[in-house]
Amino acid sequence: MSDKDAHEYWKSNIKIVLSLLAVWFFISYGCGILFVDALDTIRFGGFKLGFWIAQQGSIFVFVILIFIYIHLMDKLDDRYNLESSKDQIDIAEEDSQ
Amino acid sequence: MSVQIWTFVFVFLTFGLYIGIAIWSRAGSTSEFYVAGSGVSPVANGMATAADWMSAASFISMAGLISFLGRDGTFYLMGWTGGYVLLALLLAPYLRKFGKYTVPDFIGDRYYSQSARLIAVFCAIAISFVYVCGQMQGAGIVFSRFLEVDITTGVIIGMTIVFFYAVMGGMKGITYTQVAQYCVLIFAFMVPAIFISILMTGIPIPQIGFGAELTEAFGGGYLLDRLDGISEELGFATYTEGQRTTRDVFFITAALMFGTAGLPHVIIRFFTVPSVRDARRSAGFALIFIAILYTTAPAVAAFARTNLISTVNNIEYTAVPEWFSKWETTGLISFEDKNNDGRILYVGPDYVGGSELNELEVNRDIMVLANPEIAGLPNWVVALVAAGALAAALSTAAGLLLVISTAVAHDLLKRSFMPAIAEKQELLYARIAIFIAVLVAGYVGVNPPAYVAQVVAYAFGLAAASFFPAIVLGIFQKRMNKHGAISGMLTGFILTAAYIIYFKTINPSADNPENWLLGISPEGIGTLGTIANFTVAMTVSKFTPTPPREVQAIVEDIRLPGGAVTAN
Repeated sequence: MSDKDAHEYWKSNIKIVLSLLAVWFFISYGCGILFVDALDTIRFGGFKLGFWIAQQGSIFVFVILIFIYIHLMDKLDDRYNLESSKDQIDIAEEDSQ
Repeated sequence: MSVQIWTFVFVFLTFGLYIGIAIWSRAGSTSEFYVAGSGVSPVANGMATAADWMSAASFISMAGLISFLGRDGTFYLMGWTGGYVLLALLLAPYLRKFGKYTVPDFIGDRYYSQSARLIAVFCAIAISFVYVCGQMQGAGIVFSRFLEVDITTGVIIGMTIVFFYAVMGGMKGITYTQVAQYCVLIFAFMVPAIFISILMTGIPIPQIGFGAELTEAFGGGYLLDRLDGISEELGFATYTEGQRTTRDVFFITAALMFGTAGLPHVIIRFFTVPSVRDARRSAGFALIFIAILYTTAPAVAAFARTNLISTVNNIEYTAVPEWFSKWETTGLISFEDKNNDGRILYVGPDYVGGSELNELEVNRDIMVLANPEIAGLPNWVVALVAAGALAAALSTAAGLLLVISTAVAHDLLKRSFMPAIAEKQELLYARIAIFIAVLVAGYVGVNPPAYVAQVVAYAFGLAAASFFPAIVLGIFQKRMNKHGAISGMLTGFILTAAYIIYFKTINPSADNPENWLLGISPEGIGTLGTIANFTVAMTVSKFTPTPPREVQAIVEDIRLPGGAVTAN
């Protein structure tokens, strides 16, 4: 892979990470902590919305975020022909330090 | 069959299984010992990570804590799961690509400095050791309660078993044992939760029963409304409303998240999968397996709280159920008939008649263990919970011991002081380190200094303030040099440790919101330490020389998942 490709790849990687972290922050710190009282005025079933997001919803979102990341990164790797991301990487047994 | 016989049966069966696996997957080489030869599938690794991560604290005490904290308990739930998003997106794939054994390896190589490596070794050992002590203590309590032996014997039984398979198997043995332990612990957590959900709401999925209506037998109405109602009536805080300040909850949640992503025994798990893609997947699977327990725990908390209040409040003391008297003998439940009416009055701090009328003290750590008994579930379910709690405590203890032994044998001896050491000898030292760590941890478990249990939670703050920024900057900031990283780690670690030690041991009477810095409790101070670490590291690195070319090449290399650019 050329230097230019490596640079482009890393830029796309950062974009994916930052946008997913924005959602992560909004759901956990935003909905679960900062705006929790406002969201609590909305009810569904026996739950207040803010309370539900804080104790259940945020955890489901975390799981989904990681799987979206896996999917996007796999696609990115394929676009740059980084098939080798599937390869076994040997742990360095010896190193010359 | 009685609870005790069932407990014997489950504990023997499950332990036989763990030890069998440890023998079957005995480690032959250092690579197998430290990282299982990097040949573990992402699903198996996800399960092992989940078992490694969920300790006695998650299994035994978290749901109990939440049932007393209500909505404030949220910081445990989000903090201990949200950290996996950081781990998956910011650390796991890059550290896997880096391809060494340990966190101090990364810090030492990336920051081309023996001092940075030694600081990292010190932090890793300190954080892990504090944790192990808590696990030994937890295992001791479960053994002594259910096998009716004293706590010293309980801890010794736990020590022997942990030592045996941690020494025999190394990471390979631990990984497959932890897969088995995950299955045992999740089964043991879910069965009583499902039973109780059916009993109280008629719905077999606790996550849904949490927001459902109670059955006629329990008085109808939504569970959470009912719980808010009885809490207010008896002067407890409203369950679904928070008591702590928003800022403090914010800081505690962040400290737990950054800490999760900085804990060496969790990070090391991502070195055991074959490739970078597998490392990403592994974090995802780990969180799924963890989420099963973490989304059930708040439901268990609400069920247990409702059940406890309605079972014990205002009943004749002579008519208390059997579980009540059994826990009373352990001293973890205590009743004092202040008004001599022969009835239990259980009220909270805001009770209209005054909180001093309260006659019942309940230790929150018993909620999960006692919950099946409170709900009147069959004996085998009660015993199953004991086996699950042991699986949780032992799997985490084993993972932590491995980090300690690796830090001593690999990072300290091989990489720092005795580079000529042979592989056989290195393995021997690793095993000796485990032996010593088990002995000391067992001693602390038998004679817990009052502060050990508290310090367990603070280990997160320390991990957050020391490792998390150093690793993240090492990957995302090519310009970050050793001067910045070292001064950042020291600032974060010392600031956090000093704040905790001041409020927890030097001047505990000052430990209240008026004296806290910016209103942040010692639980949340790790977040401030993390911010300080980042700030100091960035500033110092601006005024000091750039890292050498080969180090910059390492950074470029770990950013690419494939082997395209080679650093060495």
